Amino acid sequence: MVPLLLFLTVAAFLGVGLNRNPRELPSPLVGKLAPQFDAAVIGRQGERFSPRGMVGKVWLLNVWASWCTSCRLEHPLLMQYAEQGIAPVVGLNYKDKDGAGVQWLQRHGNPYALSVFDPEGRIGIDYGVYGVPETFVIDADGVIQLRHAGPITKELLDERITPLIKKLNGA
Amino acid sequence: MHNRLLITLLATSLAGPAAAFDAALDARVDAVSQELRCLVCQNQTIADSQADLAVDLRRQVREMLVAGKSEAEVVRYMTERYGDFVVYRPPLRADTLLLWFGPLILFGGGLMLLMRRVLKLPAATALAAHDRAHADKLLDGED
Repeated sequence: MVPLLLFLTVAAFLGVGLNRNPRELPSPLVGKLAPQFDAAVIGRQGERFSPRGMVGKVWLLNVWASWCTSCRLEHPLLMQYAEQGIAPVVGLNYKDKDGAGVQWLQRHGNPYALSVFDPEGRIGIDYGVYGVPETFVIDADGVIQLRHAGPITKELLDERITPLIKKLNGA
Repeated sequence: MHNRLLITLLATSLAGPAAAFDAALDARVDAVSQELRCLVCQNQTIADSQADLAVDLRRQVREMLVAGKSEAEVVRYMTERYGDFVVYRPPLRADTLLLWFGPLILFGGGLMLLMRRVLKLPAATALAAHDRAHADKLLDGED
């Protein structure tokens, strides 16, 4: 009896442990103010962007790069999302070579209201980015409401992101 | 001759402190990096990992130390962004009590089970004494 109970306990712990994704880390940034930055907008000479300019709006920050293969996975979804106009999507062009991001957007399509350039990944570190792509939902007060590491999925958009944005917009 | 010695002395005295400072800084960067987990190669510290992110995080550690931040401030900066997960020595808090004391509880439980078993043993040895007498007889060839 005792060995069976021991086995079941260990099996239960291992079962739960094996089914958890170690790459999905809880972000301590949710509920905190989105870190500020001031960075150049790619493809637009002399233009700069800061999250300060987005106060009053609910928006998405999507971290992407031309070298990032899984960014290709979520790209069609982002294109659709941009067409629906639910919330502006700002891109963070993370650790890319100068010009590579613009080229990538020309080839695959540009779902972003604009993309800021983070060639050294400094803005990324400030946002706790550890894998690309990553997506943040930031509310009208500049507080991070949701963070997702990895490519977004249709389920995530339909079941979490869109309802959250609607709720934050008070609709 | 004198001049050359003077120049050498002057050069080393100028280069000396900078080099010493760099070595001390390297050691501090390394010490903090040893405490931080690399997020893309989760079983390595950022000191050991050559992943892009680890290189960037080491640079961040170095820059913060150069800017006069303390080791504790650097670790706090990282945990504010990446969570407690990045520190190899998790903080002691209500929600980490099981993590810290779980092994001790398991050990204590095992020890208790073992003690209960051991305390039951005398009954068995009493039997053995009886058997022993029998065995002695057999060995002495009296049977």
